[in-house]
Amino acid sequence: MDLLKWSKRPAVGVDAKKPQVNIVRGLIARATTPLLPDDYLHLVNPLWSARELRGRVIDVVRETEDTATVTIRTGWGFPDSYKPGQYVGIGLQVAGRWHWRSYSLTSIGDEVDKTIAITVKANPDGFLSAHLVEGVSPGTIIRLAAPKGDFHLPEPLPDGLLFITAGSGITPVMSMLRALRARDQQPDIVHVHSAPTRDDVIFLEEMEKMDGDLLSYDLQLQLTREKGKFNIDQLDSEVPDWRDRSCWACGPVAMLDTVEERYAEEGLREQLHIERFAIARTDVGGEGGTVTFTKSDKSVEIDGATTILEAGEDLGIQMPFGCRMGICQTCVVPLAAGYVRDLRSGDEHREGERIQTCISSVSGECTIDL
Amino acid sequence: MAITDIDQYAHLTDADVEALGAELDAIRRDIEESRGEADARYIRRAITVQRSLAAGGRVVLMFSNRKSAWVAGTAMLSLAKIIENMELGHNVMHGQWDWMNDPEIHSSSWEWDTTCPSVQWKHSHNFVHHKYTNVVGMDDDVGYGILRVTRDQPWEWWNVGNPIYNFTLGTFFEYGVALHHLETEKLRKKEKSYRQALKDLRIIGRKVGKQAAKDYLIFPALAGPNWKSTITANFTSNIVRNYWAYMVIFCGHFPDGAEKFTVEEYENEDQPRWYLRQMLGSANFRAGPLMRFMSGNLSHQIEHHLFPDLPSSRYEEIGVRVRELCDKYDLPYTTGSIVHQYFQSFRTITKLALPNALLKATTDDAPETASELRFAVREGVQDHFGVDPATGRRRGLRTALRELKKAPVRAAA
Repeated sequence: MDLLKWSKRPAVGVDAKKPQVNIVRGLIARATTPLLPDDYLHLVNPLWSARELRGRVIDVVRETEDTATVTIRTGWGFPDSYKPGQYVGIGLQVAGRWHWRSYSLTSIGDEVDKTIAITVKANPDGFLSAHLVEGVSPGTIIRLAAPKGDFHLPEPLPDGLLFITAGSGITPVMSMLRALRARDQQPDIVHVHSAPTRDDVIFLEEMEKMDGDLLSYDLQLQLTREKGKFNIDQLDSEVPDWRDRSCWACGPVAMLDTVEERYAEEGLREQLHIERFAIARTDVGGEGGTVTFTKSDKSVEIDGATTILEAGEDLGIQMPFGCRMGICQTCVVPLAAGYVRDLRSGDEHREGERIQTCISSVSGECTIDL
Repeated sequence: MAITDIDQYAHLTDADVEALGAELDAIRRDIEESRGEADARYIRRAITVQRSLAAGGRVVLMFSNRKSAWVAGTAMLSLAKIIENMELGHNVMHGQWDWMNDPEIHSSSWEWDTTCPSVQWKHSHNFVHHKYTNVVGMDDDVGYGILRVTRDQPWEWWNVGNPIYNFTLGTFFEYGVALHHLETEKLRKKEKSYRQALKDLRIIGRKVGKQAAKDYLIFPALAGPNWKSTITANFTSNIVRNYWAYMVIFCGHFPDGAEKFTVEEYENEDQPRWYLRQMLGSANFRAGPLMRFMSGNLSHQIEHHLFPDLPSSRYEEIGVRVRELCDKYDLPYTTGSIVHQYFQSFRTITKLALPNALLKATTDDAPETASELRFAVREGVQDHFGVDPATGRRRGLRTALRELKKAPVRAAA
C-alpha cells in the first residue's frame, strides 16, 4: 500500500481521470524529476498534459451579431462529465499574457467525443470575450479549468421549473434545456427570456423549435425594445403559478437583484437559484476595499495604500513574506476572487492570477486562500 | 570599512541620486509596458530547446558505451542542465515571467533541476541576497559563509584555505548552493538554532535524494549494460554545469570594482540609493548572444541586480540605457572579458587567504573593497569632483577612480 503511495507521490497534484495513470506518471517522474512526463509530452502534443488542463479550439460558430459558440477539444485530465449549467475556466494567451475568464458550458456533459462548447457574447468592455468571438482561430491552444458551479438542476427534478434569463444569461440555461431534451425528461417549464430584439436572441431558433415541439416548454420572449425591461411584477399575470415553481435566474445584476428581493419578500428564497456573471465591484476609483482571508475566516476593510500583506499580518494571519519590496516572489499567492491593484505599476489583477501581497492593495474586494 | 556614505562615494548630490532613481524607474516602466508576444515566445522556445536537449541527451546516453555517444550525450546533458539552472530556473524563480500569468512558467510553481530546493532558494537568493546585496554581515553571498572575499571580513586562521574552498565550491557548486540556506555564519554566531538547520537539512536531503537517484540510479539502470558509462556521463555533466554556474556568478560579484557596503549605509537607504548600491555592487562580463543565453543573461549582472524581475532577454537592451546613465552621471560600469573578470575574482580570493597585516591595501582602498575614505587617503583628488566649471562636464566617481590610479599613494594627514 505504501508502495502504491510512493509510486504516485510526484503526481499527487495532478487530477487524473483514472487513478492508475498517476502510478505510471509518478514512476516515470523519478526519471524526469523535478518535472512530470507531461511537461515533455505536451511539447509534442499540447493536449498531452494533465498537469495543466488544455484544450484546442475546433471551431467558432456565430450565433448572433456579437455571440459565437466555441467548440473545444479537451486534453488529458479534463473530466468526462459535468452538470449542465456549470461553468468552465478558459485561459487564452493574448500579447504573451494568459487571461482567464469563466464561461457557462452550453454543451451538456455526456459527449462521447471529448469536446465541450461555450457560447460567448462579445462585450464592448470585455477584452477576452471579444477575442474569443472575433479573434480566436480553430487550432488555437487554450487552457482550461475544470467545470464547477452550483447552478445546475437537482436530481430528482422538481415538477415545475421557471427560467428567468436575459442576454447571455441564457447560456447555462440552454445547457440545462439541451440536457433535458437529450435525456427526454419533460418537466413543466416556463422560460422568460429578455433581449433587445429578435436578432439579439441567442439560440432563438432552437428555443422556438422546442417551444413548438414540446408541450411542457413555454417560451415567453421579452423583446425589451418593444415591451420594456422585464419587471418582476409581470410574473403574477404571465406566470400565475410562479410560486409553485423552482426558479433558475441568470442575467444582469440589476435584474437578478429584483428577482432575489421579490423571492425573499415572499419567503421563497430557497426556491431561487441565481448565477451572477458580473462580480459586484465597489467602484471607488479602484482604491481600497475589503480583503477576505478564507482559511483564517477573517476579513478587513483597508485603504488603497495598505498592502494585502500588511492587512493579513494585522489580522494575525501567517502570511508568507520576504523582501517586502516586490523583488523576491516569496509572498506570491493566487488571487481566489476579486481584484487587486499592483502599487508599483498600477495594474489591476483579477481572479485566477497570482499576486505579490507585499506590493498589492485591494481594488474593490478580493479573496485570498490564506 | 566598506562604503557607508554612498552619495559621497558615488560623487553625487541628493538631487543627482533622486534623478538617477527616476531614470531607472522609467526604464522599468518602459520594459514592463512593452512586454508581449515576442517575450513569451522567447521563453517558450528556451524551454523547448532545454527539454529537447535533456531528452535527447538521455536517449543518446543509452548508448554511452560508444565514445562518440558518451561525448555527445554528456555535452547535450550539460547544456540542458546549464540552461535549466540559469536561463530558466534562476530567472523564472525571480518572477521574470510571472507577468505572463502562465501557471507553468511561474515563480510560485517552478522547481528547478538542481539539488537546491526552490523554496529555500527564493529565500536565500531572491530575498536575502537581492535585498541586502553586498551589505557585509547581511548578504550571505558575500563569501557564502566559507570564503573570504573582502578585507571587511576579519581574518580567521581557517581562511588560509580560501583557494581550496574556492576550488571545492566550484566543483560541487550545486551542493554549495543547496547548503547555502543553512546559513553557517548565523549558526556560528548562534543567530540560528541547530534544530532549524536540521529541519532545513531534511528538506535539502529530500531534493538531493531525488536528483541523485535520477542521475546515479534510474538512468544508469535504464541503460542496462551501459550503466557505468551513464554514471560517468551524468557525473561529468553535473560538474560541467557546476563550474559554469560558479564562474558566471563569481564574475558577477567578485571582480574589482564590485563594491561592498556597511550596515549603516543600508539602514539609511531609500529606493534610489538601493538602485545605486545594486549598480556599484555588481559586475558584468562581455558576452555575445550565445554566451548571454548560456549564462542566463547573468553576463548582465548589473542590469539583473537593478531589475531582478524583468525578463532576462531584455537585459541587453536595458544595458544600453544603463550605460548611458553611467556616462551621464560619470559612474563606473564594471565589465570586462569573462577571463579578466574571473582572474580578478580569483586573485582576490587567493590574496585574502592572508591576514590584512600581510596585505598592502587597506579596507578603504583595496581593489575588491573600498569606501568613501579612499579619496581622503590620497592627496589632491578631492578638488576635482562635481561639474567642471571650465568644460561643464560632470567629473564624478568614474573620473575620480581613474585619477586615483594615477595619483601617488600618500596617507592623508
